[in-house]
Amino acid sequence: MIPGSFSYHRPASVADAVKLLSDLGEEARPLAGGHSLVPMMKLRLATPAHLIDLHGIPALKGISRSGNNLVIGAMTTQHDLLASEDVAKSMPILHEAALLIADPQVRYRGTIGGNVANGDPGNDMPALMMTLGASYRLEGTGGARDVAAADFYQGAYFTALEPGEILTSVSIPVPAAGHGYAYEKLKRKVGDYATAAAAVVLTMAGGKVATCAIGLTNVHETPLLAADAAAAVIGTSLDAATLKTAAAAAAAIMAPAADARGPVEYRKHVGGIMVTRALQRAAANAK
Amino acid sequence: MAKTHITMKVNGAEVEGLVEPRTLLVHFIRENLGMTGTHIGCETTHCGACTVDIDGMSVKSCTMFAVQAQGSDIITVEGMANADGTLSALQEGFRMMHGLQCGFCTPGMIMRAHRLLKENASPSEQEIRMGISGNICRCTGYQNIVKAIQYASAKINGVEFREAAE
Repeated sequence: MIPGSFSYHRPASVADAVKLLSDLGEEARPLAGGHSLVPMMKLRLATPAHLIDLHGIPALKGISRSGNNLVIGAMTTQHDLLASEDVAKSMPILHEAALLIADPQVRYRGTIGGNVANGDPGNDMPALMMTLGASYRLEGTGGARDVAAADFYQGAYFTALEPGEILTSVSIPVPAAGHGYAYEKLKRKVGDYATAAAAVVLTMAGGKVATCAIGLTNVHETPLLAADAAAAVIGTSLDAATLKTAAAAAAAIMAPAADARGPVEYRKHVGGIMVTRALQRAAANAK
Repeated sequence: MAKTHITMKVNGAEVEGLVEPRTLLVHFIRENLGMTGTHIGCETTHCGACTVDIDGMSVKSCTMFAVQAQGSDIITVEGMANADGTLSALQEGFRMMHGLQCGFCTPGMIMRAHRLLKENASPSEQEIRMGISGNICRCTGYQNIVKAIQYASAKINGVEFREAAE
């Protein structure tokens, strides 16, 4: 399997990259880790005439603090995330989820920017970014703008990115100290996309849930925030009846495709179970 | 499509070649350099047979373009033996523990295990299994591959390898 012909560009700055993308138009694609795009090119399902490789732009790589936010450059790899002590300590759910993405080789190349910008409903980071209240920095020749992760996803592979724009960084508010967290992902094997997955970040006060956000992966054409399910657990001690209510509220907004991972009813059912497990584990590890 | 001149280091030697941008790194290694130790298995980034070491990372060389490896430092399975030609600890482990049957996945397994042991010289069995989770073997059931890596780990650490009781 050999991809179609293309011209290769390796800009050294974001300004050069967005200028190339703008000048070359629809036939150009940015190349991040390449572990979604290159397989698609080998199958000739993607046939870009120009590839703009972002690996030559040092400014796109790295993890830094800006106020209470962790700012992660788009070309930061999953391996980099796993190696970051700051991520492991201040945002352990990001560490946990990164470890569930693909396999070690893919994590050395796969980037957070590519994972969130591609709009693939099977990717794990988008729902997590929505759960954490992250925003994305999008840059084009006309300047930069910030879009909330919750407003970014419009459909499968359709996002708020305008032609000529590149997602350059992700900014994530650090959750409150002592928060509880869990990313529960059901998959058929290591490296698979989720049959269904749920992200939970919550805080507890006096044995009851004080705040809660729930995100869902691969149970809809876009990642989802399960707002009703999260509201249903506030003020409760996550008793059995509440967990059942929350799982049902989450399942009510799921609209998964039937595929090799199972029929629609099955994927909604296990989606509810992922929500239940994530809530229970998050409550247990909250301090 | 115009060809691009690329240079890189492979197993310590400077190499160069002319490639189309669409040439995959694994094709450059096998066809331009004539080094066929790196195998092509699934071609879809799943099986790990094409794993090579690039600048300290395990990479599936079927999912990277050769032009992207410009200036990089690559190790393939041909570069695994000791300088005097004897088997490295990992190679010896695969031999002594019978860590292969058909052998097709072995170059990728060894290259992945090489980086795994560089990052963690004493991995637990679970860490080894997760560490090679991007490499598929259809013969062994992985048991002897895990033992081979444990053997290499013990040898690197200068301790005697003892097989766990079955």
